[in-house]
Amino acid sequence: MELLVASAIGLMTACGTYLVLRKRTFPVIVGLAMLTYAVNVFIFASGRLAIGLPAIITDGATYSDPLTQALVLTAIVISFGMTALIVMMALGSFLTTGEDYIGMDDDAKPAAKPAAKQEGDA
Amino acid sequence: MNHWIIAPVILPALLAPFIILVMRHDLSLQRIFSTIGTAAIVAISLVLLYTASTNPPEVYFLGNWDAPFGIVLVLDRLSAMMVALTAILALIVQLYAIGSGWDARGKHFHALYQFQLMGICGAFLTGDAFNLFVFFEVLLIASYGLMIHGGGAQRLKAGVQYIAYNLIGSTLFLFALASIYAVTGTLNFADMAVKVAELPPGDAALMRVGAVLLLLVFAVKGALVPLQFWLPATYSFAPGAVAALFAVMTKVGAYAVIRVYTLVFPTDTPATGMLFADLLLPAALVTLAVGAVGVLGASGLARMVAFAAIGSMGTLFIAVAQFTPVAMTAAFYYMIHSTLATAALFLVVDMVQDRRGNDTLRGSLPPMAQHGLLAALFFGATIAMAGMPPLSGFLGKLLVLDATRGPDMALIWSSILVASLVTIVGFARAGSQVFWKAHATTTTLEQPPSKSEPLAFAAIFALLAALAVLTVLAGPVTDWLADTTAELFDRTAYINAVLPVGGR
Repeated sequence: MELLVASAIGLMTACGTYLVLRKRTFPVIVGLAMLTYAVNVFIFASGRLAIGLPAIITDGATYSDPLTQALVLTAIVISFGMTALIVMMALGSFLTTGEDYIGMDDDAKPAAKPAAKQEGDA
Repeated sequence: MNHWIIAPVILPALLAPFIILVMRHDLSLQRIFSTIGTAAIVAISLVLLYTASTNPPEVYFLGNWDAPFGIVLVLDRLSAMMVALTAILALIVQLYAIGSGWDARGKHFHALYQFQLMGICGAFLTGDAFNLFVFFEVLLIASYGLMIHGGGAQRLKAGVQYIAYNLIGSTLFLFALASIYAVTGTLNFADMAVKVAELPPGDAALMRVGAVLLLLVFAVKGALVPLQFWLPATYSFAPGAVAALFAVMTKVGAYAVIRVYTLVFPTDTPATGMLFADLLLPAALVTLAVGAVGVLGASGLARMVAFAAIGSMGTLFIAVAQFTPVAMTAAFYYMIHSTLATAALFLVVDMVQDRRGNDTLRGSLPPMAQHGLLAALFFGATIAMAGMPPLSGFLGKLLVLDATRGPDMALIWSSILVASLVTIVGFARAGSQVFWKAHATTTTLEQPPSKSEPLAFAAIFALLAALAVLTVLAGPVTDWLADTTAELFDRTAYINAVLPVGGR
């Protein structure tokens, strides 16, 4: 199970990182969502993986860490809100400017995001 | 338990929804209530500052749960100083926003402003790493709203980029916290400090990964190279008043670095040692260089000030990276100075932009309203920012230089001095282009339309006056800061205040 969870987190992080480095807003937002999924599972795993154990102490001997579950809940709420916000912002920016590139293309104000430099497929 | 400790967080948290719900249609009511609220935070923060400077660190247990199980807020000299600095800056900038009419150019400025204050004060006061993450998100989500206040295509685009960058930073923060939690089993700073000190050697590698990830997150906030890319576009496209308030946001990153890497990972920790100093110092030197070159090469005034802010973060981190008491005192002094100076400069630039319609440094434009006064204010603020005598920037840099001894001395001295020179040249070029050459091109003697903004000018004068006070009172201030440093490096006092005495 450790291998499965670890490789899932790794794969999602890799995909998320790749997508975040793209130039258009849609892949970047999908990449951000992937990264937040990965980090949610990662936080969960940081309380050690356990199967079928309650998050409260019942018989005193075996329980799964309840704190990471609370942390994940907070992280999910925040990342959900932030993703909704960036979708609205990206939409607003797209409707105002008519394009959905993330970098600043004005030549007086060169691209201030590293993604713009690392990608050649403009 | 002193309940006033949580007031700088609770007050704006209650005021902001109140403003939205009750007075969203009435700007003057919003202005009155929001200003009263900010003034109240100033008063509370000054009381807290007095309390903190006479008492040992004080802890507020939220819900009266014992640490490390509940969340704690910790009031010590450093956090009290940062909250007071934030509150004073916020009040001045808010008066500017009202005086210049920025708050009328979009909706909900004052509500977002209060949420922003809540996030910043909370980040300074909290004694819990995950709570720090939450307050970071609060201040960021408010800053997203403030950054695009007033709208406009360019500002929206810069806003999307800013949000994307910071969302990645937040994800990284969570990765860092989870790694640290996996090793120590706690997220309370004081408890982490105890656990890290007695870490079994087998866990050191994972601990280092988590700690370095955390440093990266704070570097994003503090605009440290190579993670400074978000800053120039954000600050130059944000409304002037908002950019001035953002001057304290980069300091949140610096504060977090100082707090975590003196309390939890001091340089004598076996698992990490001087790792963070070795990472921070080169990054800080490059940051300083990037800032100076940016000032020289910027094509617009606002962008130039943004790079000057990056450069000042470089100087600040150079002092922090030495992790010695003397250097930390210098860092605190420079931190106060650079917050005020950056804010003053952004406000002056905003006035120029408002009168000219743009802030380009190419070509020359005719004189604007209150041309001479603005030129004088720009001159004063740039003297402070560049670190020339007689203002506090000079004293701050002198303290940083003076605190620098040892093998890196030559490198650090030459970097700071050369960067200061380049910055001065950049500012001088910009000043002559914007203010001086304006007279060279005018053929007629007609006066530009005058524009009366007494409150906005009063705000800029207040910031410059604060810098002057900081310069005149440099002696007492550095004495107080030296005590602050002593308290910061006395980890046991902090840990004993938070955790039940006797340890767990």
